Amino acid sequence: MKQTSQFAEAFPALNQHVGDKPLVYLDSAATTQKPQCVIDAVEHYYENDNANIHRGVHQLSMRATKAYEGARSKVASLLGAQSSDEIIFVRGATEAINLVAQAWGRPRLGAGDEVLITEMEHHSNIVPWQLLCEQTGAALKVASVHDDGSLDVDSFKELLGEHTAVAAFAHVSNAIGTVNPVKELCELASAAGAVTIVDGAQATGHMKVDVQSMGCDFYATSGHKMFGPTGIGCLYGKHALLEEMEPWQGGGDMILSVSFEETTWNKVPFKFEAGTPNIAGAIGLGAACDYISGIGYDAIQEVEHELLAYGTDVLSNIDGVTLIGTARQKCAILAFTVDGVHPHDVGTICDHEGVAIRTGNHCAEPLMHRFGLSATCRASLSIYNSPADIDALATAIRKAITMLG
Amino acid sequence: MSDLRELYLEMVTDHAKNPRHRGKAEPCDCIGTGNNPLCGDKIVVTVHKDGDTIETVKFDGEGCAISTASADLMAEVLAGKTVEDAKILFDGFHELVAGEGTPEVPKKLAVFSGVREFPMRVKCATLAWHTVIAALDGAEEVSTE
Repeated sequence: MKQTSQFAEAFPALNQHVGDKPLVYLDSAATTQKPQCVIDAVEHYYENDNANIHRGVHQLSMRATKAYEGARSKVASLLGAQSSDEIIFVRGATEAINLVAQAWGRPRLGAGDEVLITEMEHHSNIVPWQLLCEQTGAALKVASVHDDGSLDVDSFKELLGEHTAVAAFAHVSNAIGTVNPVKELCELASAAGAVTIVDGAQATGHMKVDVQSMGCDFYATSGHKMFGPTGIGCLYGKHALLEEMEPWQGGGDMILSVSFEETTWNKVPFKFEAGTPNIAGAIGLGAACDYISGIGYDAIQEVEHELLAYGTDVLSNIDGVTLIGTARQKCAILAFTVDGVHPHDVGTICDHEGVAIRTGNHCAEPLMHRFGLSATCRASLSIYNSPADIDALATAIRKAITMLG
Repeated sequence: MSDLRELYLEMVTDHAKNPRHRGKAEPCDCIGTGNNPLCGDKIVVTVHKDGDTIETVKFDGEGCAISTASADLMAEVLAGKTVEDAKILFDGFHELVAGEGTPEVPKKLAVFSGVREFPMRVKCATLAWHTVIAALDGAEEVSTE
């Protein structure tokens, strides 16, 4: 097997040492590194086109507006949306989910209604619904997860019913990498009359997403987990639903006209983008979409599947290492525990070897409890990783076992 | 780069693997719960006091090597001290792991001097201390966040 990834060169931050060891970055589920083209796009905007959008008649504003709206089209096309006005720029998947909970859910839900989520959700797809339930009197229902980390679809079906107003679930689990059968879940939920929102934060940097064939009503994702900048993400929503919804924040750019007697809203998607948005971030996200399209999701999947298979094999063969989450449909995320060594100590010893992993509950505390754990170690991979990176991880884990196990 | 062996000194790994003061102080006069949301660690510290003197400190819960060893060695150091002493010891310990000075601390606490080079681990080393001080002050729950 090749010892370095052909894609690593495009990512300047990967080319560094941590202490005296070359950096091995295995924390892409937290945030991916950024390719030079994304960094350049952000820099180019600030160096050449910096202006506010949608309002100036001057050249810079026109260029900035064109780049910002161009980015919206790129995101729409990457996600398979029908049109770019179904894409709302937000800070990230968290804000996208909160937007749906508050702007769609809050005026519509009441006592007797239910919100269905799953046991493997990130806190960002739990807490907004808990807030909504508190505000409206609706009840939260939670579908369970099998021992291998796959969703118990039967439990999802059992909990679905005429009272289910919203079904919210991850496309890919951030903590254990499970890929959910989102198309099937959307079909089931829609048939029960529920609105569906898919948390795609861990999907769009790794696999082809087609919101129309998936059949979801809303899809949330974050730019920084798909090679884009932080502080930018998007919410896809079916046009008809977005039209029905009231704004969730008020301010400039989201209005048509304002008077003290009556204010009228701008059209979708601007109705949901109050205030000056993260223009540079959106442009960077557009460049990230170009980067992904240039490689193609098929090529990304091929690299990541190979890494996942190799990583699973290597980690399974270390005595004392237990993999958490071994669903058949999985992304390249390796969650594990080491007998007798706390994840936090594994993390520090890995860091000392130049290997960056995440340790803790991964913002998925209920899932940790499901497996009877308070924390795990997580190595999450992307196209710039290589089998040599996995070997470095294995060396670091063996060192942790020798020191503390 | 800071040396890992300075973080995981033998006394630290020994007390992490074989803590001597795990359990519950009986009778329990003060109790505190500490959370480290960053790593999901939770610790319950119980204290038996005689007047103003700390007789026994025990801890329970799950934590990394640094937090477990720190809790265990803290329990050893605090036995027989007054509440006031405990606060002075904590100030010294905090300075040792997170400050810039060179405080005088008992040998059993000095083994944590390496933590200073690992800022992400300061919370692990201080969780038990924050918890015991809160317990002595009558608070029930503390968080390192």
